[in-house]
Amino acid sequence: MQYGGKIVIGLVIFVGLLLLPTVYDLGAGSAGYKQPKLQMPAPPNDKNCVEDTEWMRKNHMQLLNDWRDWVVRDGKTVYVNSHGEEFEISLQNTCMKCHNDKEQFCDKCHETAEVTPYCWDCHLAPKGAK
Amino acid sequence: MNKSRRNFLKLAGGAAAGLCFGSAGVALASEGAHRGPYVEESPKAFTAKRWAMVVDTRKLKTAEDIQPLVDACHSVHNVPDIPTKQDIKWIWSDTYEHGFPTTENNHLSEDVEHRAFALLCNHCENPPCVRVCPTQATFQRPDGIVMMDFHRCIGCRYCMAGCPFGARSFNFQDPRPFIKKENPEFPTRMRGVVEKCTFCSERLDNGQMPACVEASKGAVLFGDLTDKDSEVRKALRENFTIRRKPSLGTEPGVYYII
Repeated sequence: MQYGGKIVIGLVIFVGLLLLPTVYDLGAGSAGYKQPKLQMPAPPNDKNCVEDTEWMRKNHMQLLNDWRDWVVRDGKTVYVNSHGEEFEISLQNTCMKCHNDKEQFCDKCHETAEVTPYCWDCHLAPKGAK
Repeated sequence: MNKSRRNFLKLAGGAAAGLCFGSAGVALASEGAHRGPYVEESPKAFTAKRWAMVVDTRKLKTAEDIQPLVDACHSVHNVPDIPTKQDIKWIWSDTYEHGFPTTENNHLSEDVEHRAFALLCNHCENPPCVRVCPTQATFQRPDGIVMMDFHRCIGCRYCMAGCPFGARSFNFQDPRPFIKKENPEFPTRMRGVVEKCTFCSERLDNGQMPACVEASKGAVLFGDLTDKDSEVRKALRENFTIRRKPSLGTEPGVYYII
């Protein structure tokens, strides 16, 4: 091999760069991540959400998508959850009545996860209730 | 055990049947345990087979008479007030000549010639806007309302070209700075989205009459066109009414008592 040394060094650098994110994540990365602290609804709105907290954490985006289609396209305005409780299907009039601080609730995770949902281009965030 | 083909098939068949009935039983049992999640219509909802509107133009004669209807509609739905040609309107007033160009006549009675007419989306039975919408953002509900799903609108404006009644407006800019007082119960729109009257479908679904009907103090009637005893059918039976551009065959759902 005429350029053996250089090739091997080059390969080592390349593979090293390739693995850098994985190695970083295995080491300090995941230990450095802290779940954002969300402001949960204050009493008397702290009773129960539409679904369980853990479920909502994972599936709220899918639920909101479904809600949108049900209420706008199918004219179905009542959601009966898995415990048999009824809720009006509305982002502004149901969700945000309890979670009345968008900056301290929605934005906290969305900013950490670097996602930018466009709900608020049209929907109005609650005002005043800080 | 006799390993014949016959015995094997018997065993396999039995196992398959057991699986079927077993899982069905489990499903039935869980059905009984708790209801939901599912969705349903509100018990308060007003329902109809074909919503229609009758505007009594003998009572709403001038632009000033119509203004309270416009204000009620636009404040409920966060419709901006933009002082240029790019204004947004869901309901507005105009002359006979502009509203009913195909039934214009020479030497019209002076009363009708100078009368103002409340114009809005006609919620046609054969809506051209629905046919041309490439994303089905505009669609027809089973109760006849031509509804808009603002989430899906891509702003191509085909519907504006398709609508023969000029009932649609385009948001050339962010409408929020032009909304005087926001209604926190209803969304606004964003730049690049078309909007129009929705016959207050969100109010009907919650058991409320449309905002303009409530503000009209009885001059605008609203009801089920297929129900012989409804208010609109009674008004149509007893009065001479016209519709906008009937020759186009879109079958408008808004009638005007002359």
